[in-house]
Amino acid sequence: MEYSRSEIMSGVTLTHIRSDKFKTACLSVNLLTQLKRETASMNALLPLVLRRGTALYGDMEAISRRLDELYGAAIEPVIRRIGEIQCVGFIASVPEEDFLPAGSGTLRGVCELLGQLLLTPKTRGGLLLPDYVDSEREKLLEMIRARLNDKLGWAVSRCIEEMCCCEDFAVDRLGDEESAEAIRYQKLTKQYRALLQSSPIEIFYCGRADKKRVEDLLRDAFAALPRGEIDYEIGTDLRLNALEDEPREYTELMNVAQSKLVIGWRLGEAMEEPDFAALRVFASLFGGSTASKLFTNVREKLSLCYFASCVADLHKGLLLAYAGTDAERSEEARKEIFAQLAAIGNGEITDEELEAARADVRSSLRAVLDSQGSMEGFCLSAALAGADYTPEELGELCADVTKEQLAAIAQGCECDMVYLLAPDGGEEDGEEEEREISDEELAAFEEEENGDPETNV
Amino acid sequence: MEIRKQTYNELGETLCSAKLANGLRVRVVPKKGFSGFFACFGTYYGSVMRSFLLGGERKDTPAGVAHYLEHKMFDMPDGDNALQSMTATGADPNAFTGFDETVYHFHCTERFEENLRTLLRFVTTPYFTPETVEKEQGIISQEIRMYDDLPDYAVYFELMKLLYRTHPLRDDIAGTVESIAEIDAETLYACHKAFYTPGNMCLCVEGDVEPEEICRIAEEILGTEKGEVPQPLIPEENGAPEQLCTERKMSVSAPLFLLGAAFTPSGEDALRERIVARLALRLLCSPSSAFYTRLYREGLLNRSFSYEAEFPANAALVTAGGESRDPKRVYDELLREAERVAAEGFDAADFERAKRASLGARLRGFEDFDSVCLSAFEGARLGYSVFDAPAVLASVTAEECRAFVARVLTRERTALSVILPEGGAGA
Repeated sequence: MEYSRSEIMSGVTLTHIRSDKFKTACLSVNLLTQLKRETASMNALLPLVLRRGTALYGDMEAISRRLDELYGAAIEPVIRRIGEIQCVGFIASVPEEDFLPAGSGTLRGVCELLGQLLLTPKTRGGLLLPDYVDSEREKLLEMIRARLNDKLGWAVSRCIEEMCCCEDFAVDRLGDEESAEAIRYQKLTKQYRALLQSSPIEIFYCGRADKKRVEDLLRDAFAALPRGEIDYEIGTDLRLNALEDEPREYTELMNVAQSKLVIGWRLGEAMEEPDFAALRVFASLFGGSTASKLFTNVREKLSLCYFASCVADLHKGLLLAYAGTDAERSEEARKEIFAQLAAIGNGEITDEELEAARADVRSSLRAVLDSQGSMEGFCLSAALAGADYTPEELGELCADVTKEQLAAIAQGCECDMVYLLAPDGGEEDGEEEEREISDEELAAFEEEENGDPETNV
Repeated sequence: MEIRKQTYNELGETLCSAKLANGLRVRVVPKKGFSGFFACFGTYYGSVMRSFLLGGERKDTPAGVAHYLEHKMFDMPDGDNALQSMTATGADPNAFTGFDETVYHFHCTERFEENLRTLLRFVTTPYFTPETVEKEQGIISQEIRMYDDLPDYAVYFELMKLLYRTHPLRDDIAGTVESIAEIDAETLYACHKAFYTPGNMCLCVEGDVEPEEICRIAEEILGTEKGEVPQPLIPEENGAPEQLCTERKMSVSAPLFLLGAAFTPSGEDALRERIVARLALRLLCSPSSAFYTRLYREGLLNRSFSYEAEFPANAALVTAGGESRDPKRVYDELLREAERVAAEGFDAADFERAKRASLGARLRGFEDFDSVCLSAFEGARLGYSVFDAPAVLASVTAEECRAFVARVLTRERTALSVILPEGGAGA
């Protein structure tokens, strides 16, 4: 794997990884901007509207047909929150020409289409089409409202919202309903032009094409990119301490069969000069794997729940632990979660636990190298953190992590919020319901939860 | 023991297949240049095999045994837990239970052989005590509760109840809180003995490995003895649904729906049948179809829409669903489109384009170790090679796809399951 980063146009950085391992290449274009309540929904809406039609391919059907012709290449809008930076754009999957009939031209085709989606949307009088904007605004609202359907995801994001109520981090990657409802096509066109001119752009490519070819194709595709003064002043505000002396508590009632408990901490001093290897090993030890303190105690020893895990957001310096329990046993789970964190703080870490956590982090970092999608997330996250290590290098650093370091991280955690989503005692209709049960699907779900690039630092 | 190597130059893949003396099927996909390994070891035993014949005797068991077994297999007689010992090496072990399979698997980047040995050993070492069996009830009950809160699962099983009146596909894979209370150590031992015999199992591995070595380790740990393979008794179901629509309320933001039709798989060419079904659905309702783009424009569908063809046990079904403010309209529109296609067939240019897109999607699927191994696991049961898919795809005709739509997506057989927001009006 050959890795390089270079500025190919003003404020446009290309991360290029040449690899023969894969059958499809990954190509993403991300516009970076400060996450703010006033603009988050507009920024989120942009790639959705742009994906509706270009000057050349006027509607979704035409775009989809073009992608089918390119052997099922995919170009999807992507909207992420990494720390307090909102990243919006497109991510493409490009079937490699080596496996297709001669002359398939998939990489050129996808680069061109990406450039058109970003720079020459279908417009009228120079403005984005009201029809597309209105229609996608309604779908964005549906997506924002649909967050409710995933109860654990809802509980985690509500915990963050309450915990960071005075910070931009409380804003969801999609923004909120109120500001989304207010979006009209003139306003969105203005925001679109501003973003194109001022936002730093991160492009990522991993595939068989060499750097020169990718650069040339991208320069052609993005030749018309209007650049003004680039806003490099974007970043994430770190708060090391809890908002109040005692953890705040928030209970929300809903018609759910199972309580979802989410506890949020500030990682505190550990974020002053963060040691990312140690922080990752700490998160794994506490609740990152089936060998973790939370899994072995809250689930296996006490049978309190099916899942008990944690995730660390290393951009914002947050630790979140979550578990699903019977309503009457959530207090027990809460006590046990705190007890396990305290145990780490007291240095109650066996050699086996330490080695399992190191191995878990090392292995998951090495696995990043086997997937272009994971590489994309890792590289974008590392670029935003100003870090310049490879997953392998970071993994090797785990060997040096000590129990003392882990205890110090646990001691420095300040609990800021205890959030509980509890059954409202309404109609009991869970008894005869059916579901397909699979650990794998839960794992996939958790992966999605943890897969946010913020954990990939 | 003979290892058969099929090389697919145009894909850069090789599939190695073997059947050991003990009856175990082994599939290995050697891969150079990757850091990771994936292995899955499973039995063709799932939730629908509640009754079976063994030694000429019929056995009937409570719902949820296969899944309960999956949970308890990780306990080892020496007090160790295989999940923990594998995790300790940095591996990522897990397991799942389906309608017709229970699969244990892990991904790792180091100490592969050690983990493979642990996998083979713990899956074939039953160890249950009354205490540990009882303790697991708390965890499984919470798992059942967790799924109670997932509307996607509710909408799926409500549909299954419409499509299957007697077939156990209509029932929860984990059983119910009541049925799992009937499961004891004795039941678990009996079902393990019946279904976890090498002749009813398969091992699939992908990574930088030697197939000969994989077979040698498997034989070393599992022995060469061949046991009797049980005969599952699964009811067949051919009738059309009695009722075509069901509605339920949950705390969701907008109506969720899943429509579907069950059909009887021909069983002749399993791979071709799967490819035809998925290509026909792609033509009918993928993002580039006239149906999808029109309903998307009209605000009746959004990006949550997806479709699938499934072939569980001796059955088959197609489903399509997502979020919509008017699920009945979507249902009507899809059936109308299916009727039009059944009468007129697919457009030739659309068909060629869909084939291209399907080829790209399959290439993408071949990159994923998990999905290659799990397809190989299914292929080993049904006798096909996952890497044959592109060649078969190239030979599929538009008429086959038209005939599939005409046969399966009919008004009499297509049912609709809807989850409505609480306090909302009917769909």
